[in-house]
Amino acid sequence: MVWTGRAVLPSLLTMSDTTGRRWHDMGGQDAGPVPMDGHDFALWEKRVDALMVLCGQKGLFTVDGLRRALEDMGEDAFESMSYYERWIAAVNQNLVEGGAYTLEELGERMQEIAARGSTYGEAQSDG
Amino acid sequence: MVERVRVKALTPPGHVRAPWYLRGKEGVIERPLGHFANPEQLAYGLKADTKPLYRVRFRMAEIWGEGAENPDDTLDAEIYGHWLEKVDTHAP
Amino acid sequence: MPHDHHDHFHHEGMSPSGHPYRADNDTPLTYWQRMEIAVRELLVEKGHLTPAEIAAQIEAMDARSPANGAAVVARAWTDPAFKARLLENASEASREMGFDIGPLNLIAVENTADTHNLIVCTLCSCYPRNLLGLPPDWYKTRAYRSRAVREPRTVLREFGLELPDHVTVRVHDSTADMRYVVLPARPEGTEGMDEAQLAALVTRDSMIGTGLPHRP
Repeated sequence: MVWTGRAVLPSLLTMSDTTGRRWHDMGGQDAGPVPMDGHDFALWEKRVDALMVLCGQKGLFTVDGLRRALEDMGEDAFESMSYYERWIAAVNQNLVEGGAYTLEELGERMQEIAARGSTYGEAQSDG
Repeated sequence: MVERVRVKALTPPGHVRAPWYLRGKEGVIERPLGHFANPEQLAYGLKADTKPLYRVRFRMAEIWGEGAENPDDTLDAEIYGHWLEKVDTHAP
Repeated sequence: MPHDHHDHFHHEGMSPSGHPYRADNDTPLTYWQRMEIAVRELLVEKGHLTPAEIAAQIEAMDARSPANGAAVVARAWTDPAFKARLLENASEASREMGFDIGPLNLIAVENTADTHNLIVCTLCSCYPRNLLGLPPDWYKTRAYRSRAVREPRTVLREFGLELPDHVTVRVHDSTADMRYVVLPARPEGTEGMDEAQLAALVTRDSMIGTGLPHRP
């Protein structure tokens, strides 16, 4: 698939105030101590990362498209969703915009997946 | 020759890579980095022009003023040419 | 879809790095996990990707770790000509050592007796991932992204690093197409050590600038 190139209006609602500064543009802001805790990445997170890299390599969309979608998701998403939750949402948005599949296809597939089982392991297509 | 530049103090909405805290600030070109596709077009799935990219060095005192943690520490950032304007060092 | 590729090569439930995966395979399925499965399946069915490509990409990313960067640093400490090439073009120097860094545009910045470098990405989470692997969680936090450019010395103190006043701090904000890696200064007392011994002293944080190499 090649990008058909449709412009998407940036969301004007993702600015933190009326100056034009956007929420993700954090350099120099006040913030607390750096939290030092970390985690080992889960398999599903590694898969999201791999999907992004491969979609970029295949020309389905660019890392700038990913960032644009992440930025437009707004600050609430940054606070309430995990890093790779935001990434899969942004990957999906770019793929839908680029016509890789339709929202109908996505919605039906997600419903089908829910019916396969109640855990990530059970919900793979091979059970 | 040291080339002084100022980051344009523009405030368009949407995906741009010039950080807010550097807009309107003056620095020097540390080195040119070549030409790269314009992220402001790539982000929207558009065919992108290539733009020159520069590594620009700023003094912390220029960015943060009196409140700088250490005025002589520096900050380097990559800024696309269309976000930079030359500073005339020979101005009266 | 075939079983996860890793199951064929690694202990059940263990990542290639030998750590357990986070226990997500048997916790309640989330909306976003369902989306990941759906996106992956649709991309495969429509011929954009193959399961083998996805597995290979995960393996390639798992194979990248701070040990790669440590090997580059140790080579630079022992081979002046290599160090010169690294500072001239860190991408080519890393490839020269056999590391698959893809299209990464890498710049190495050198710590000296009077200069300390620190890497951050204030706009998102840019990181030299193709050399060092995925970034630590703290690198992606609001606190680090916000503060590293305005009060780097205070941030470094939180990491246990107190810099004397005569050392200039150079912060590098990865705002566009370049990625940065710090070439830390070789610790004193390492004169007789070989490359492998030196590489063991190089920490991930010392290559981001939030730490120093171990002392022997």
